[in-house]
Amino acid sequence: MNTWIAIGATAVGCYAVKLAGLLVPAGALEKPLVRRLAALLPVALLAALTAQQTFADGHTLVLDARFAGLGAAAVALVLRAPFLLVVAAAVLVTAGVRAMGG
Amino acid sequence: MTSAGSGLTLLQTCALSLLVFTGASQFALVGALAAGGNPLAAAAGAFFLGVRNAFYGLRLSQLLALPRAVRPFAAQWVIDETTAVALAQPTRRATRIGFTVTGLSLYVLWNLTTLLGALGAQAIGDTDAWGLDAAGPAVFLALLAPMLRTGTERAVAGLAVLLGLGLLPVLPAGVPVLLAALAAPAVLFLEGRRRGTSGTSSDHAHENNDVPEEDR
Repeated sequence: MNTWIAIGATAVGCYAVKLAGLLVPAGALEKPLVRRLAALLPVALLAALTAQQTFADGHTLVLDARFAGLGAAAVALVLRAPFLLVVAAAVLVTAGVRAMGG
Repeated sequence: MTSAGSGLTLLQTCALSLLVFTGASQFALVGALAAGGNPLAAAAGAFFLGVRNAFYGLRLSQLLALPRAVRPFAAQWVIDETTAVALAQPTRRATRIGFTVTGLSLYVLWNLTTLLGALGAQAIGDTDAWGLDAAGPAVFLALLAPMLRTGTERAVAGLAVLLGLGLLPVLPAGVPVLLAALAAPAVLFLEGRRRGTSGTSSDHAHENNDVPEEDR
């Protein structure tokens, strides 16, 4: 049930901001500071999420096969690989390291 | 697929793709729920990631010039990809076609792959053994990488990583990510102060730095 609440809240919230962008008169959100903040918020959130989902195991930080997978994804990104290939690299390397007992 | 591996049901996984339809928010929500986070904290993190779509909508509404009655239907398709395609078109007609075609095909594909992924994850059972728990962070990293253009973005990312990891052991799941978001206003504030003390010439240099950002 909790999951449905979270899904509902996210769906409503995300749809509302999309619609707001289309409906609000242009001037209202065009302030430079607001724009900068809106551009930087995803940077902060994505960075924190990447780090947490790589190193977190519940409430403790661990170094496991996921780190190797993320390293592979980073290499793929530097090589300008397409999105799916980046994700596939992370998944395959993580699975490989785990299979070797890492 | 990641989502089904994190304990969501098939129906919940598909509902997420159909109703939310903005990838980063979906992965964030699933990750926070899998970590045992409070549902509202999880939703708040996903919501903040979706806020950028409002700014895409701002630019699109001028380019598409849609009638008011159509806007609620177009809104669900206001995402990174449709904005990128629509902004690249030379005429209004091409912009509208680009937006519609990209929106429709992505919506169908995204939901189809969600269904297949969820069915596949159910079939293979232990998704961790297949390394699928690394898919979430890899998606975030792939979304993040093109945003790290200037020192400001890198400073925000670095501070957010420190906050996110540092607070993880001491706060309830989902909350550290929200606090890590404070890295954005914090770095902006420090940058503003530095600019304030170093005179007007750097002010102009800074305005110029903003230009590529608006071309997103």
